[in-house]
Amino acid sequence: MGQVIALENISKKYTIQVGGGYDRFGEVVLNAVWNTLALRHKKEEIIWALKDVSFTVDQGEVLGIIGRNGSGKSTLLKILSRITYPTYGTMSLEGRIGSLLEVGTGFHEDLSGRENIFLSGSILGMKKKQIMAKMDAIIDYAEIERFIDTPIKRYSTGMKLRLGFAVAAHLDTDILLMDEVLAVGDAGFQRKCLDSMGDAGKSGRTIMFVSHNLAAVETLCSRVIWIDSGEVKEDGPPAEVIRSYIGIYGRRQVVGNCLDDMDRFKSVGTGEIRYTKIEFFETDGSPKHIIYTGDTLLVRLHFKAIAPVLRPNFQVKICTEMLTCIAIFSTKKAGIDTSMVAIGEGYVDLEIGSLTLVPGNYILDVTIVPHVGDHFELLYALDGGFEFSVETTARFFTGIEEKNTPSSLVFFPSRWKLEGMNLAPGQSA
Amino acid sequence: MKINREYFREIWQYRELFYFFVWRDVKVRYKQTVLGALWAVVQPFFTMIVFTLFFGKIVNIPSDGIPYPVFSYAALVPWTYFSVSLSSSGNSLLGNSHLLNKVYFPRVVIPASSAIVGLIDFAIASVILIGLLLYYDMPLSWGLLAWPLLAVPLLTLALGIGLILASLSVKYRDIKYVIPFGIQLLLFATPVIYPSSLIPERYRIIFLLNPLSGIIDAFRSVVLPSRNFPLESFLTSLGATIVIFAVGFVYFRKTERFFADII
Repeated sequence: MGQVIALENISKKYTIQVGGGYDRFGEVVLNAVWNTLALRHKKEEIIWALKDVSFTVDQGEVLGIIGRNGSGKSTLLKILSRITYPTYGTMSLEGRIGSLLEVGTGFHEDLSGRENIFLSGSILGMKKKQIMAKMDAIIDYAEIERFIDTPIKRYSTGMKLRLGFAVAAHLDTDILLMDEVLAVGDAGFQRKCLDSMGDAGKSGRTIMFVSHNLAAVETLCSRVIWIDSGEVKEDGPPAEVIRSYIGIYGRRQVVGNCLDDMDRFKSVGTGEIRYTKIEFFETDGSPKHIIYTGDTLLVRLHFKAIAPVLRPNFQVKICTEMLTCIAIFSTKKAGIDTSMVAIGEGYVDLEIGSLTLVPGNYILDVTIVPHVGDHFELLYALDGGFEFSVETTARFFTGIEEKNTPSSLVFFPSRWKLEGMNLAPGQSA
Repeated sequence: MKINREYFREIWQYRELFYFFVWRDVKVRYKQTVLGALWAVVQPFFTMIVFTLFFGKIVNIPSDGIPYPVFSYAALVPWTYFSVSLSSSGNSLLGNSHLLNKVYFPRVVIPASSAIVGLIDFAIASVILIGLLLYYDMPLSWGLLAWPLLAVPLLTLALGIGLILASLSVKYRDIKYVIPFGIQLLLFATPVIYPSSLIPERYRIIFLLNPLSGIIDAFRSVVLPSRNFPLESFLTSLGATIVIFAVGFVYFRKTERFFADII
């Protein structure tokens, strides 16, 4: 297994002019004159899109690149594709490279689907003979055989997407670079893209894949690099890197029976006191890993105070995924006097008698509110809360409720009785 | 960025892309048009008619003893090719800016294919020239075989200047406006409307500074067996053409790496 991609200290600098994009001759002349007379100090801002990025990729690796918008991922791909060049640093690539930075590269509206296959395929690097050989397969994959000879300006967006991806899917270079190509399209299309990507990965080609679809990245990639503000923040197995990334930027979920290490999550608040860990228990104290409709639940909120806090109001809110509030539990509402909490660690327990939520995903929003009720200065709030699910159960003899049916939010223990009904003859009671 | 064997090998690898870009431009040009390929002839032909009416009849510019229509058309065919190719290759990078940001291929393919597209129209318009010669009972000489060969320096000059303009156009959008304006002026500085014999001897040197003059004159003389081939001015023009092309090619290659960043 040889190294096919090697980057060393790749850095890319962009200078932004204050006050405008491109120069007119007049402006250039004027600037030159002013600068010579030292009457004007030319203002420029420097942005480092990438800073000392170094890593290597072996033959056959499927590498995922994740990061926030603006972190430099696309710039990295552009440099690897030789569209732009690094300010300093070296790069070596072995083998033919195919770059898919968008769907439908080179498409011209006035040309037919078939003609655009030739054009796009050629621009992406395929030889004419290859394109002709794969023409039928491409048209088949795109599922637009009927319209293949009409100008693509008559196509729907979905058709153009399918055509563009069909061409890209038949690119068989040694190295493949893909930039968030899966971000668009309906579910069916995305499914198809994912399958192709999976096939490509298994074919032994080297692939680099930039995406926000973390589930896809986790499934398809053997290694993930997290780029943050132009630097390599983490480089390792997909599950680990994605976990760290989600920790800071994503939706948190309960693992096992607890949400641990909450300091790594984004939170707001003045900080004197904060939650550090949340655990779910059965009423007998054993860990509760799965929550069923109607369960009794003990929620233990671990906290840490770095200053004495007067009568903090511990609050837990249960909301739907769409953040509709279903129930609020708070020490203040319950009339509990939390008095003065000393510096140090501790926990409070919330016992919920019968959590009759229909099966589905919910958000638990945990906050600590100062007792004076000044809602603009929360002591602590976990940004976005965290997810937990409620599973189906036949406990109330109503049959199994399908999870995630949006028809209702809560369920009450209930029973139907048919005594007042007259059954037609021949039926059993 | 270097100009070396690697570079030329890469261009050779991407040779099919030249074909596809030319194919694209030609197809797109004639889609949804009624006249189709006839458009190749319209520009030089109707310009010839207007020039004949105005410069030939009204202003009565001398035309070296041959009918003015033939005189002007013989120059208008290469002139049209030159002006169209210069303009399209000069603007080609701006017109394909989207591709510059999304995919890699040797950038020279873009202006070069723009310059090649014009050859098709040139060929069609040249055929009409034969018809015109026959119409005016003028002899067809063996010299006409040199006509297509002269297209080579013509293309080289158009592309050479085009490469410089294209590189500049990425950074300075003014080029977009300079080109049509420049071409208009160039029409008067080149012996298209008038014969080069009209220029007095003492201004000849300045006149020769325009490399296009020698080439256009050569085109004309090839059509007319009575005239001598203007060897001196042609060689001067050829030399200038080669220099301009070399400069353009090198400049383009040097600035190529910044295109995606600036455009």
